[in-house]
Amino acid sequence: MHTNSLYQEVILDHNRKPRNYGKLDHANHHAVGHNPLCGDRLDITLQLDDDQINNIAFQGESCAICKASASMMTTAVKGKSRADAETLIHEFRELATGKLDINQPHHLGRLTVFSGIRDLPTRVKCAILPWHTLHAALNSIDSTSTESTESAPPVPDNA
Amino acid sequence: MTPANTSLKPEISSSFEWEKIRADFPILQLKIDGKPLIYLDNAASCQMPQQVIDRLVRYQTTQHANINRAVHYLSEVATLEYHNARCKLQQFINAREDREVIFTSGTTDSINLVMHGYGRKFIKAGDEIILTTLEHHSNIVPWQMLANEKGAKIRVVPINDNGELEVDEYEKLFNERTKFVGLIHVSNALGTINPIKRMIDFAHRHGVPVLIDGAQAAPHIPIDVQALDCDFYAFSAHKLCGPTGVGILYGKAALLEAMQPFKGGGDMIASVTFEETTYNTIPHKFEAGTPPIAAAIGFGAAVDYLMDIGIEPIAAYESSLLEYATGCLSDMPGVKIIGTAAEKTAVISFTIDGVHPHDVGTILNQDGIAVRTGHHCAQPIMQRFNVPATSRASFAFYNKKTEVDALVAGIKTVQKIFL
Repeated sequence: MHTNSLYQEVILDHNRKPRNYGKLDHANHHAVGHNPLCGDRLDITLQLDDDQINNIAFQGESCAICKASASMMTTAVKGKSRADAETLIHEFRELATGKLDINQPHHLGRLTVFSGIRDLPTRVKCAILPWHTLHAALNSIDSTSTESTESAPPVPDNA
Repeated sequence: MTPANTSLKPEISSSFEWEKIRADFPILQLKIDGKPLIYLDNAASCQMPQQVIDRLVRYQTTQHANINRAVHYLSEVATLEYHNARCKLQQFINAREDREVIFTSGTTDSINLVMHGYGRKFIKAGDEIILTTLEHHSNIVPWQMLANEKGAKIRVVPINDNGELEVDEYEKLFNERTKFVGLIHVSNALGTINPIKRMIDFAHRHGVPVLIDGAQAAPHIPIDVQALDCDFYAFSAHKLCGPTGVGILYGKAALLEAMQPFKGGGDMIASVTFEETTYNTIPHKFEAGTPPIAAAIGFGAAVDYLMDIGIEPIAAYESSLLEYATGCLSDMPGVKIIGTAAEKTAVISFTIDGVHPHDVGTILNQDGIAVRTGHHCAQPIMQRFNVPATSRASFAFYNKKTEVDALVAGIKTVQKIFL
């Protein structure tokens, strides 16, 4: 694995200019995610109405991989239904852990730039933390950690 | 080590001799993704020379049995070699007696032994334990557990902007409730060498015992526990070219004898009935169960190897590497060195503007460069400098200036990617 293929322009761009960065004033769902191994911390606020994500924002201290993953995640799930977001969460986790065959149909689109992360086991959690935290927020779990199992997203039946 | 001994080995300072020493480490021949390994994570764990590997093989192929038990040949050989390893460690730190050296599983285990053996017996509600901002989590958490259990209080010595302990503040913390001091000799995160002799002397004037966490000091500074007059001194083999899974706790005999055992089991007893157990004498009282015999013997071989080169020449050479690396990194725009103490071992913690340390580590790894990134199990230091994490290059005597140059080139690559 050549690391430069991970640090691609799209990831560097989202790191430099993260989209939907900040905190929503009128959020009705919120979660904080931690990666205790490296100290990364992510705060996600979202507005969920009738099971649709009408707005989402994130902020926190993290590496480029985590920040770009969070930024791209917010653009991917904004306006989507809760069920569609959960599908993306599941597919992204499968992608990052090398279990997803990207030649088969999926919904990840440009998020496949993160496929190289599977070759860097110590960095997989950096990419997954935002998705883990989004899952917690959608399910009204206030705080989650990459080391906790209880808030890990379930595998959807149609996976 | 006497100055006379050092002068017998003047050739050690020549780069040729250090190249020869480097050849003792087979792992340094590795290629990572086609690039030569540049191992700058020695503060986390140091590599092992062939001499120590050979010793482990010799033990395992010709000397292994359980110790202190059977009357057969192998058991006697293994018992003797294990004892010899203890004596080598005694010599390495200049302890008065070999029974003052207890084999543990490592520095963390040694500190936990003192917490359970000394702390739980002698520290009471309202007592105060002094620690410093520079402590590794392993010399914080056990004392917090004790403080919570007993209703004791932790007092913390602050550091200045260079990452040096504020010794005047340390001295002000003492009062009649002060019952224990836990002090790191060399900061793993910053490399700061603390003035432990002065601090030990001050504590003793108040009748307070001092535990020194020497994990980062023992590989780089000659240790003389009698001259230091410390009450406890702990370190691990794997930071000294030895195996993982073993370390020592040095303790003054009178203190060790007064302490309660930490772990119960075989070998730590004199006699057992279901009504009562009489404990064995030190050091056996603190070595319950079958110890890491092979690892302890490897530890002895590692200490032989280091004493053969000499800790002082090692320190002098590493200091020249530190000076060179500090000069190079200080000149780089956007690079900030965290920890600029006047007295340092060859550790450089640094940050790069706009780049998270984990990204630094991943990109350096692409060039075969191994550094540590993160909070270095020293979160209070990170909080003090207001950084979430740093990258840390830590050098050993087998590193060379061209590897510092490679690190500089690697940092430039990082900066180019994140431009």
